[in-house]
Amino acid sequence: MAFAKRTTAQVGRSGWLVALFLAVMAVPVASAVEIRHWQQPDGARVYFVESHANPILDIHVAFDAGSRRDPADKPGLASMTAALLDAGTRSLSEERLRERLADAAASLSTDAGLESAGIRLRTLSRAPERNAALDVLRAVISQPVFPPAVFEREKRRAIEGQRQQETDASYLADRALERQIYGQHPYGREAAVDVTTLTRLQRADVLAFWRSHYRPQSAVISIVGDLNEGAARQLAATLLTGLPKGGAPLPPVPAVPLSSANPAPVYLPHPGSQAHVAAGLPLFTRNDPDYFPLMVGNYILGGGGFDARLMKELRDKRGLTYGASSELVPYQEAGPFSIGFSTRKDQARSALGVMQETLRTFIEQGPTQAELDQARANIVGGFPLRFDSNAKLLGYLAVIGWYRLPLDFLDRYPREVEKVTVESVREAWRRRVDPSRMATVVVGATP
Amino acid sequence: MHRLALSAVALFLGLARPVLANPYEAVLDNGMKVIVKEDHRAPVAVSQLWYRVGSVDEVNGRTGLSHLLEHMMFKGTQKVPAGEFSRLIAAAGGKDNAFTSRDHTVYFQQLAADRLPLALQLESDRMANLAFKDEAFNSELNVVKEERRWRTDDQPTGRLYEALYAGAFIASPVRTPVIGWMGDLDSMKPDDLRAWYRQWYVPNNATLVVVGDVKAEEVLAQARAAFGGLAGRTLPERRPQPEPPQNGIRRLSVKAPSELPYLALAWKAPRLERIDQSEPYAYAMLASLLDGLDASRLPRRLVREQAVATSVSASYDMLTRAGALFTVIGVPAQGVAPARLEKAIRAELDRIAREGVSAAELERVRRQVEAARIYEKDSMFAQAMQIGTVESLGFSWRDEPEFVRRLTAVTSQQVQAVARGLKDDDLTVVTLVPQPLPKGAPKSMPMEGGDSHGVR
Repeated sequence: MAFAKRTTAQVGRSGWLVALFLAVMAVPVASAVEIRHWQQPDGARVYFVESHANPILDIHVAFDAGSRRDPADKPGLASMTAALLDAGTRSLSEERLRERLADAAASLSTDAGLESAGIRLRTLSRAPERNAALDVLRAVISQPVFPPAVFEREKRRAIEGQRQQETDASYLADRALERQIYGQHPYGREAAVDVTTLTRLQRADVLAFWRSHYRPQSAVISIVGDLNEGAARQLAATLLTGLPKGGAPLPPVPAVPLSSANPAPVYLPHPGSQAHVAAGLPLFTRNDPDYFPLMVGNYILGGGGFDARLMKELRDKRGLTYGASSELVPYQEAGPFSIGFSTRKDQARSALGVMQETLRTFIEQGPTQAELDQARANIVGGFPLRFDSNAKLLGYLAVIGWYRLPLDFLDRYPREVEKVTVESVREAWRRRVDPSRMATVVVGATP
Repeated sequence: MHRLALSAVALFLGLARPVLANPYEAVLDNGMKVIVKEDHRAPVAVSQLWYRVGSVDEVNGRTGLSHLLEHMMFKGTQKVPAGEFSRLIAAAGGKDNAFTSRDHTVYFQQLAADRLPLALQLESDRMANLAFKDEAFNSELNVVKEERRWRTDDQPTGRLYEALYAGAFIASPVRTPVIGWMGDLDSMKPDDLRAWYRQWYVPNNATLVVVGDVKAEEVLAQARAAFGGLAGRTLPERRPQPEPPQNGIRRLSVKAPSELPYLALAWKAPRLERIDQSEPYAYAMLASLLDGLDASRLPRRLVREQAVATSVSASYDMLTRAGALFTVIGVPAQGVAPARLEKAIRAELDRIAREGVSAAELERVRRQVEAARIYEKDSMFAQAMQIGTVESLGFSWRDEPEFVRRLTAVTSQQVQAVARGLKDDDLTVVTLVPQPLPKGAPKSMPMEGGDSHGVR
């Protein structure tokens, strides 16, 4: 794999003369990962990392077909469309398609997230299996037929799944929080899904959504594995043939409006033994000028596991919960900052108080120097762990591609983290996070 | 004298030190086993320390001991105060955690390969010097109870599995939940944990597995330096606690907040005790034929063709210290009674018992098994898990190719035979009876904030 070790490995193969040459010439530090990138005539952008350590190949194809593109009256449509991509193609019935994948020992999955929808393939790199798996992938991308009977069956299953999810306290807390944070904004579509909206979906909606959103010009293709660049270029060039080109560009995603003051938590009933608490506000973008101070600060507040204050205050000191954490999700527009935990019902209010006090103190006083040092040491020192497998690396490529991040993003990241100071964290959190604007949901307890 | 002669020969013959096998295995003088697998794709390593103690070693009234002790292992030694273990690993850029199962308790760290000695030093310290305070115990006990509420009490599938094992087994400790019964946690005392620790946390009950960008001989030297000074001790006798024959179908039900019912069917099945048994491989093949792939029989026939289930899965794990089950779990589709789904599942099993399976189906599973071995190499953690699991059950990592060979050699006749062997007398059926949430509860929640958050 093309990691920091890469230079050494090349030296080993090329003999000592080259080694000497490199030792003199290699002044810039070898990059963490060598990402190759190009754009195809059809508009798709491709990101590729060559890795011959294992005979495997991972491919991810993303389209601007995530839930943010759901029509306001049809939440759940993006998700249903993605789920049905592999339900049959012009040349392959649903069962034949699954047999083909099984015969090639490949796995294919589809998924609609909030920003994009993606198709993922893992296959052996050996030609017979690879070619068979790629044939299926191409058909799934460009020739899905959404068979009517399968549509009806999967709709019934989605409704059943939704009914069940709506009995889960943690799901209910997260959904209620998202509804509060995003309201009618496209980022709130996922949380608008319920049994009624799913029941409304028709096969014609799926066909129309597929035609207008699965377009080469919005596609991002990520490839990691046992393939040379020439073969990767060839492969990528044939992945999207047959997809309708052109058409009106999709409208830009609007900015997320600032939260209004939300003084009182929302309480929802639930018969379980624990109460689930979720609190948050829209905050964080991919290109956020405060990206690193906010992110490092979040490690200290609640993202850093046992290093984090929320875990120390709620779990270690008081035994109130199995896990408390905070999360920052960067989207193109403001993604959520959120805090969550669960606790025995009768102590929900006092635990909520501890959570709020911990947040307030952190925002007012900022981190200590020791906390900041610990956070930076972990994030920088642990950076190689984030892409130590092809599967993880593929995930990073998909993010870099989708948000058009610089190709040396993985090299820059630890350097930017090193620059963060106690003051920059305190200043950014004070300026950006106003606890009085946070929405709070408690499922399973009463005020 | 002997040694001198040997090294002289080595010098003469090889000039360099011998290249170690990969994986490399050694046993320290105190009985602790060390296995190192070099994987140089990234400058990181995973270290897993496997103790052969889990809930099957516990007795009634003291269930949950192994898991609770796992939590207490982070609560300090004489040298390293509570919380400091994880802080030091995090400061080194690492991640650490632990998990407990019926069969074993495992502590792991993932970190830059050159920081591995820190992980080994910290693990050796807490293998011998655990010294938590009573107050730390009281607080952590509350954490574990919250974990139990979150993981089991408030999860329909958590309650289903708990009822299934408690119903299928009467004498074997497999019946108790790994996290322990809430009532047993209520009466747990700090000294129970200290005694459990002294009994089981000894080098001769542990296996260290390291996978990563390391040199095997260096890791072995580091492991020797860290653990070599700890003394081995005689382990307590492990009574087998065998399960008596079942002699009759068992049916039970459990209620939980849920919209959908669940159905679980579980037959007692043999576990793998010797590598050359044939039945366990046939059961494993049967489970894969039923549910290993999207193209397998149960999802195809019951979910897609007959649409009697929203989901259905089959599982069997031959690698376990006690009490293997062959299990099929399904969620009936809307309007389908659990009894009808049970009939449909049994019909699929009967069909295999009567007709066997096609060559194409067998071949598909074989390819999947072979490919899984390749895919597994993408993850260092998965490789270490594989080695640790096999080793802690008394087999060797060297047996893995033989496991694969025997599994892929299973014939249609052998699958037929074990399908026929699934007898009602060994069957436990559990139905989760759903208790829908009160009407007008969260579902009707308005889109709050909708007005103030309109699209601009």
